[in-house]
Amino acid sequence: MATFQVHVTIENKPGISDPEGETILNDLVLKGTHKTVSKIKTAKMLKFTIIENDKQTAQSKVQEICDDLRIYNPMVSVVTIDVFEN
Amino acid sequence: MKVGVVVFPGSNCDRDMYHVLTDVFHLDAEYYWHEKGLPENIDAVILPGGFSYGDRLRAGVIAAHSPIIKDVQKMAEKGIPVLGVCNGFQILVESGLLPGVLLKNESLNFMCEWTNLIVENNKTPFTNQFKLNEKIPIPIANGEGRYYVDDDTMKELKKKNQIVFRYSEVVNGSSNRIAGVCNEDGNVVGMMPHPERAVESEINPIDNKPSSLIFESLLTKMGVNK
Repeated sequence: MATFQVHVTIENKPGISDPEGETILNDLVLKGTHKTVSKIKTAKMLKFTIIENDKQTAQSKVQEICDDLRIYNPMVSVVTIDVFEN
Repeated sequence: MKVGVVVFPGSNCDRDMYHVLTDVFHLDAEYYWHEKGLPENIDAVILPGGFSYGDRLRAGVIAAHSPIIKDVQKMAEKGIPVLGVCNGFQILVESGLLPGVLLKNESLNFMCEWTNLIVENNKTPFTNQFKLNEKIPIPIANGEGRYYVDDDTMKELKKKNQIVFRYSEVVNGSSNRIAGVCNEDGNVVGMMPHPERAVESEINPIDNKPSSLIFESLLTKMGVNK
């Protein structure tokens, strides 16, 4: 068994508006000198610490938790799961 | 008839709801803590507003896993009237009892103001005393009140007459200006506005009758003479 850090990033699906991201882009970043930025999306990240046999099991276990407990709402959100070994 | 008011950690409109049910409409009401079950002899269930679990993760999602929700689901399947107001509505969508999701308001602001609703479905246990398309003033108070469904679900909602209330004008960016919906059978209704805050003329500067009709509809459905 090993300890893994699993990062769950929850963000809106394309087409679901993200007014916070748009405000950060239009009213902060683009009002400065950073004209090369074309999009900013906000997201929520949950960092899990989990003890499992291997990296793949850690990933599938966290995916299962996210699906079962509706950690994200599949109608409007998508999750990206990244696993890091300690 | 007996009405159950479900209390979650962070509910804060439970006492307003209880007051209206008991003091204004003289109903037998009782609080039910979310970790306990609902008794068999309940005639209607109300999930009041508030901030269950402090809106952590997403409004309503943690409360949707509370033990009492299984009983609310059973009651809903039996056809018993279930009303979710504000956070109660958020809990009903997160538990799958109602379609859709409630996102942060387009403005990202907490909105506390009077709105006008259009009654789109007057066949539910909470709207049977309204005229169809009646315009009613009613207050809202929420941060995550922007109702959203995808296009396919919206078509289904329209087809099955599940849109109960719409705002008369754009308020928070809700899909199709929706303020309240029901399940396919029509006995489970969720709405963002707060009727319990507006049934008494002492605290209603506009018109307290429309909000009263929501409760009078329930009385009518249950055959209770006021």
